[in-house]
Amino acid sequence: MTIAEVVTVNPAPTDVALHRSLGLTDDELTAIVERLGRSPNDLELAMFSVMWSEHCSYKSSKPLLRTLPTGGDGVVAGPGENAGVVSIGDGLAVAFKIESHNHPSAVEPYQGAATGVGGILRDIFTMGARPIAVLDALRFGDPSEARTRLLVDGVVRGVGGYGNCVGVPTVGGELVFDPSYAGNPLVNVMAIGLLEERHLTRAAAPGPGNLAVLFGSTTGRDGIGGASVLASATFGDDDPSKRPSVQVGDPFAEKLLIEASLELIEGGLVEGLQDLGAGGITCATSETADRAGTGIRIELEAIPRREPGMAPFEVLISESQERMLAIVREERLAAVAAVCERWALPWAVIGRVTDDGDITVVDAEGRELARIPAPALTSDAIVHERLAAPPQRRRAAPAPGVPNTVQDGLPERGMDPGAVLLALLGSSNLASRRPVFEQYDSTVQVNTVTGPGQGAAVLRVKGTSKALVAATDANAGVGGFDPWLGAAMSVAEATRNVSLTGARPLGVTNCLNFGDPTRPEAFWQLQEAVRGLGDACRALGLPVTGGNVSLYNESPSGTILPTPEIGVVGLLDDVSRLVRPAFAADGDTILLVGEAGPGLAGSDYAALAGTAAGDGPPAIDLAREAGLQRFLRDAAERGLLGSAQDVSGGGLAVALAECAIWGGRGARVRVPVSASPAADLFGESPSRVVVTSRPRHAPALALLARQHGLPVETLGVVGGARLFAELVGAGATGAAEERGAGVADAIDVAVKDLAHAWEHGLGRALGWTGQA
Amino acid sequence: MTRIGVVVFPGSNCDRDTLHAVELAGAEAVELWHESPTLDGVAGVILPGGFAYGDYLRAGVIARFSPVMRAVADFAANGGLVLGICNGFQVLAEAGLVPGALLRNRDLRFLGREVRIVAERTDTPFTSGLDRGRPMRLPIAHGEGCYFADDATLDTLERDGQVLFRYATAEGEAAAEGDRISNPNGSLRAIAGVLNATGNVAGLMPHPERASEAILGSRDGFGIVRSFVGAAAKRAAAPVLVGGGA
Repeated sequence: MTIAEVVTVNPAPTDVALHRSLGLTDDELTAIVERLGRSPNDLELAMFSVMWSEHCSYKSSKPLLRTLPTGGDGVVAGPGENAGVVSIGDGLAVAFKIESHNHPSAVEPYQGAATGVGGILRDIFTMGARPIAVLDALRFGDPSEARTRLLVDGVVRGVGGYGNCVGVPTVGGELVFDPSYAGNPLVNVMAIGLLEERHLTRAAAPGPGNLAVLFGSTTGRDGIGGASVLASATFGDDDPSKRPSVQVGDPFAEKLLIEASLELIEGGLVEGLQDLGAGGITCATSETADRAGTGIRIELEAIPRREPGMAPFEVLISESQERMLAIVREERLAAVAAVCERWALPWAVIGRVTDDGDITVVDAEGRELARIPAPALTSDAIVHERLAAPPQRRRAAPAPGVPNTVQDGLPERGMDPGAVLLALLGSSNLASRRPVFEQYDSTVQVNTVTGPGQGAAVLRVKGTSKALVAATDANAGVGGFDPWLGAAMSVAEATRNVSLTGARPLGVTNCLNFGDPTRPEAFWQLQEAVRGLGDACRALGLPVTGGNVSLYNESPSGTILPTPEIGVVGLLDDVSRLVRPAFAADGDTILLVGEAGPGLAGSDYAALAGTAAGDGPPAIDLAREAGLQRFLRDAAERGLLGSAQDVSGGGLAVALAECAIWGGRGARVRVPVSASPAADLFGESPSRVVVTSRPRHAPALALLARQHGLPVETLGVVGGARLFAELVGAGATGAAEERGAGVADAIDVAVKDLAHAWEHGLGRALGWTGQA
Repeated sequence: MTRIGVVVFPGSNCDRDTLHAVELAGAEAVELWHESPTLDGVAGVILPGGFAYGDYLRAGVIARFSPVMRAVADFAANGGLVLGICNGFQVLAEAGLVPGALLRNRDLRFLGREVRIVAERTDTPFTSGLDRGRPMRLPIAHGEGCYFADDATLDTLERDGQVLFRYATAEGEAAAEGDRISNPNGSLRAIAGVLNATGNVAGLMPHPERASEAILGSRDGFGIVRSFVGAAAKRAAAPVLVGGGA
């Protein structure tokens, strides 16, 4: 090969070896040479650098991810495909996946977030599914800081700008503030699609002789090295040189791409379909070829460019958005071209499937510029065994069943629990997200039964009695103390939010946001979190159907809290049996199912008031969580529930307040306090729900809870314009009298005041004034 | 069965929703491709919401030059019933088929929420099935929905009964000036929808097709869809020509 003079990669400082300037280590170069049996040329090295990036290869996380449960009833496609697919009956299936776009969003928030939405949507329709919903899970630093506000504004506009235009509703997600995300915000986007099972399409390139057709946008210089430069390295201080690495989104082109792709699939015109994301043409060709055991010969000059003078490596690793690769039989090319042209999408035959198993790149004269076995770029990419080491100082959860001992909390602190409740409701992490989600279209496609703002999102499935229920959650606060526990709680909460509606969770997708895996402590966090994810999914009987790993989430100000973002989709067979969280009717009996445990560390209360030294996070009993979720589905099935809400951020008091605010009606309850009023009222120990029923059904509901092995307590009655919660029992110490103040051991606040605090908290935290 | 056409521009994203609502109203829904020079003999045309041609320049500005819009203009000039929803309203305004313009929302942000509107008239083909003065809950989802026209035009619209819908309070009162909750995009005189001078072309920003089934939280918009389908059916049976056209 005489390639050196044809192929040059961007001039790095001459004293740095090319492989290192591309982000490859010396060991990795050695491994490349082993796989090729020779030294790679510069173009091949560039191709390896994107494909062996953490983002594309999962080289640090692969050994961990193999431990996750992936099989299960109805799983049609699992990890390794573009998205997980689970059957929902009636010949239909749901495709879903969550993915990160953290680093692009840190550099350029609008485009970073917008292309995050675009990328995950492509993963969905590549499978043959029409995207029906987006959920965005966002994490930022302190909301009072100017930099955070800029990022929030840009990211929210980016999510909306893209999702609104393509016509996919944004129906849920999260917005969390924590100082650890200041230098490295998290933008995780989950997308859900619906397909007829017979249209399930694989991202494979079968059949030597078939054509590789690229359609959609042309290829430009945007997003060069996005995977290797941005996603796979730690940030330095403001680094404008990385800006060109962020892709630029065109939602209009994406909308055309969705329609054209689905038309091609429904017409049976393609043998395989793959979107172009990280790694561009190199990734799409090598992955599709590897899945089919074939090769692809790429004719470089046939690739339509956005600008002249692009070097071969730029063409091959560009991450220009809104492009698709279709594998097409020669006799169907005309029909494929007609569909593309009807949607005004440029298309080109850029190569052919071969039987040699290689990704080959040839120039206009037919000279070979690169030849790499497809597996070397994908399934046989390097895997690193990283070192894991726990931090030296840890605060762990107490074992389940350990009695309350923590004596910190309200009476001792001299706090009025009603004032604490108002402060929590108005705090940046618990207040209403309306100012954000109102910037999204949540109702397009006319499926939205429950949109953002009140628990899990509910989407009816047209033509059936069914609904899909979706939620995302990550408990990073607890994960900072104990990553196993944080992950287990994340799974528990996301699935619980789905089960609260009466739906049965179908599967879990996850986005693991962690630090630099070459640091043993960060890798230990990842290892523990994956173990927690697997343990929780096994306990709940759920498959992990796919996901994404985002490492190197660090900045000069430190590393992020370990953040295992969990996305869940569930199925409700009869949407008329949907249970909502809001108090439904005056006179309904309120029950608390499950019981509070000790441990305030990692809670919203702790963020507000601090915790006693040595206090740890609450524990979780996964068997009890599974029982609780079965109870919720049984109770919904029998029509016993007026409403159901779980106890999570802000504890029982906030759960009751939310039920009251959303239902527009108050309640009168007695809260049994065992040892610590703070833990009982504001603690976030898991596996607890506040459920209501008509009084005549309450005994049956309580009995059902006990049959599922769950403690149950009657709290009180729905009604009135105030939330009145009296503390009773051994832990209610009469502290009010001790203080001699007019503060009682009770919460007594008008629902309209609760609503006011909750509705205005976020706008105030972000300085978004003047909005209606 | 009455045939209602729904125009599909590249970038339309409420076309399927609108076809669905039209079918619920008992009509046959027909897609009209943007390159089509004819309307396929439909009895009424709806321009759906979305981002026609991406709307990167200004909402509706490119769509008005599409072949199908020449046919829609001819159809309207001959008295045909045309309804524009959201982006469809923007396209109609850009094409001069309804008066006024849609500017960026007052807060310069996209707004997706539920609003209340009241019908100012119930004697039009778009509102005949509605109760006058009853507040209706419909979603809005737009970045450019602030209705604007000069004072003289606004006075003319008021005088001639061309104000079809206004944003309203929960009690059904038209939103007062400065009521940012009831009229969140800042539309002048709280105008949410207008009629053309001959009363056969209407546009509105809220989405009736998204409020046409109880499962979605509101059926208030279905009255608009049904009124339109019903009026189109009558005209198909006995065509009328409205003056002032071709």
